[in-house]
Amino acid sequence: MEIKNYETVFILNPVLSDEQMKDTVEKFIKVLTDNGAEIINEERWGLRKLAYPIMHKTTGFYNLVEFKADSQIITSLETEFRRDEKVMRFLTTVLDKHALEYNAKRRRGEFNKKDKEESRKEEKAA
Amino acid sequence: MTLVNEPINRNENKKKYCRFKKNGIKYIDYKDANFLLKFVNEQGKILPRRLTGTSLKFQKKVGQAVKKARHIALLPYVTDSLK
Repeated sequence: MEIKNYETVFILNPVLSDEQMKDTVEKFIKVLTDNGAEIINEERWGLRKLAYPIMHKTTGFYNLVEFKADSQIITSLETEFRRDEKVMRFLTTVLDKHALEYNAKRRRGEFNKKDKEESRKEEKAA
Repeated sequence: MTLVNEPINRNENKKKYCRFKKNGIKYIDYKDANFLLKFVNEQGKILPRRLTGTSLKFQKKVGQAVKKARHIALLPYVTDSLK
């Protein structure tokens, strides 16, 4: 029994309707919360092009969930991923302290990137 | 009279450095495909330390990040025209 921070990215089949997609994402989040995980962040990147075809598809719905949970939850989450045909790929990683710091920054907004771009533009303008 | 082994192009003699150590980057995000593109060649292969100058500690992390990115289809495993 050990509480750790995790983050999982999963790719859903692009043929799903918006509602089906939402339902599936909620299903997995429910699996997490039911097992006592604490959801920290949830992101939907939307439809993205894949770098290579998976299951004869060239696009997929990317989803990201950050959560804090006991390590035993991961196995049940991953069997759930494997059982669901709508999931094309998934990747769960443990976050170390540097990753946590980075993610906190990232969560505070993509503004970091935009800020940099803006400052560069300003530099050019000046 | 020139020495046989004298380097001709002195610009190539610039010391390489580890960009992570220099900029204080501690975590390499596997979700940031654009950043990882700096560490792969146009076939999608991971570049060696001897070319990028990355320190061993971070080269391992770069490798892991690229491999994770490949798994979730943010980077290709094999390709011919990445850049």
